[in-house]
Amino acid sequence: MAKKTTLVRRIVSAGFTGFYRNRTVSLSSIFILTVTLSIIASFYFFQAIFNYTLDQVREKVDVRVYFTVDATEEQISTVRAKLLALPQVKAVAYMSRDQALVEFKQKHEGDQLTLQALDELGTNPFGASLSVLAQDTSQYEVIADALKQGTGLLGDNAEAIDKINYYQLKDSIDKLNNIIGWTNTVGFWLSIIFVTMSCMIVYNTIRLAIFVYRDEIAVMKLVGASNMFIRGPFIVEAMLYGIVATLLTMAMFWPATVWVTKKTVFFFEGMNLHAYYLAHFFELAGFLLVAGSGLAIISSLLAVRKYLKV
Amino acid sequence: MLYFDRVSKEYGQGNRVLDNISLTIHPGELVSIVGHSGAGKTTLIKLLLAEERPTEGIVSFHSDNIHRLKGKDMVNYRRKVGVVFQDFRLIPNKTAYENVAFAMEAAGKPDHDIHEDVPHVLDLVDLKDKMHHFPHQLSGGEQQRVAIARAIVNRPEIIIADEPTGNLDPLNTYDIVQILKKINDLGTTVILTTHNKGIVDNLGRRVISMEDGRVIRDQKSGKFTM
Repeated sequence: MAKKTTLVRRIVSAGFTGFYRNRTVSLSSIFILTVTLSIIASFYFFQAIFNYTLDQVREKVDVRVYFTVDATEEQISTVRAKLLALPQVKAVAYMSRDQALVEFKQKHEGDQLTLQALDELGTNPFGASLSVLAQDTSQYEVIADALKQGTGLLGDNAEAIDKINYYQLKDSIDKLNNIIGWTNTVGFWLSIIFVTMSCMIVYNTIRLAIFVYRDEIAVMKLVGASNMFIRGPFIVEAMLYGIVATLLTMAMFWPATVWVTKKTVFFFEGMNLHAYYLAHFFELAGFLLVAGSGLAIISSLLAVRKYLKV
Repeated sequence: MLYFDRVSKEYGQGNRVLDNISLTIHPGELVSIVGHSGAGKTTLIKLLLAEERPTEGIVSFHSDNIHRLKGKDMVNYRRKVGVVFQDFRLIPNKTAYENVAFAMEAAGKPDHDIHEDVPHVLDLVDLKDKMHHFPHQLSGGEQQRVAIARAIVNRPEIIIADEPTGNLDPLNTYDIVQILKKINDLGTTVILTTHNKGIVDNLGRRVISMEDGRVIRDQKSGKFTM
């Protein structure tokens, strides 16, 4: 046991000494690893922005059921309850006739002509409406079909319905579904390509760094060092690269997310990237630490393995 | 203790660098292996260190075929053999002290032994005052003395010195040979390969002469004759 502790202590100490004495090699490895981790972190944030924006767009898409002006409160609430019972429906918002009038007036505040025409009408021409939000954009068609006349959902209340706007929106909903599918696939492959490329760059950098030590490794073996005793300090150094690179990456993304938030707060519908960074700080840091150290350690082990065959 | 039993080594088809070598080296001997460049001296050493495998024949240490040793057994064998190279092969980013201590650390020796033995061994090779120098701060002769200190610190049974004076001036050559002689006097087997006639003639010990991969002469108390 005491022997094992001594071995571990010697390996760790040799790792720290090597890290410090071979500063140039350590710095270049850390630099490359930091670039790689930044790419990974950027994908993490892109994904967040993308999901947030999509959610925003999804919230805006809905199926709206317009009732005739004669529809009774009872009819409307029956339809609403039936809609809510559908598994595809996430929420149903009710807008009364009065609210519709107020909203219309607000929308046309500067348009005197329209407002006058409305006044001359004397009565409220707007019917009440229900806006239906689906669990997923692909489910609007199912909901719209359920609302078609003659199906069980409406029953006797069919005549209370003026129109359903789904069919006008169908094109844009289909387009949105296409975009979501397409961006997910492209994003997935892009991230695979970029991450693979940067992994290979890290591997090559560490391989070159260890290539310098090939003669030393051979001497260590001839002096009677076990493979673990030779490999150990390289693993410790690789872990240190991972830790420093993670700290640098996290530190860089602090001001970077502040800046991006300032520049894009309108563009991304009010998403606060910096707040997202703060909320996910430990999750991201932990992920980068595992990815960075893991990548460096695996690269080191692969590179050293070649020279251990003496 | 060391046996070469009809050992041959070929690099590729027809390039035979060692041809049917049979030798026995006894404990406590100081053996010089001499011969021109390309005679096969270095290959013989590489086989002893298990850096290369023989094409035919067996090299054994006591009763173990050293080319059959694996893992821990190979590590243990290498700890019983101290090596000194012509180009010193010190670890450049370790001080003289750390280079010698490395061999002890690798062998799992406790700290207090290391603190005691390393300065002592460096004192033996007259480098106590330079033990915290890095290799690039030492002369060739001094680097070779560090390499010898590293080779002997674990009290190996055999010291193999492959042209240890090849890169040194006459004065340093003399020093190194004296150190190797002293190590041998203390009971360690020393195997020395060299081109240097003066060294061999002065030692007056066993000389094995090689030519074209064969042993052409093996004298108990020989001179350098080619």
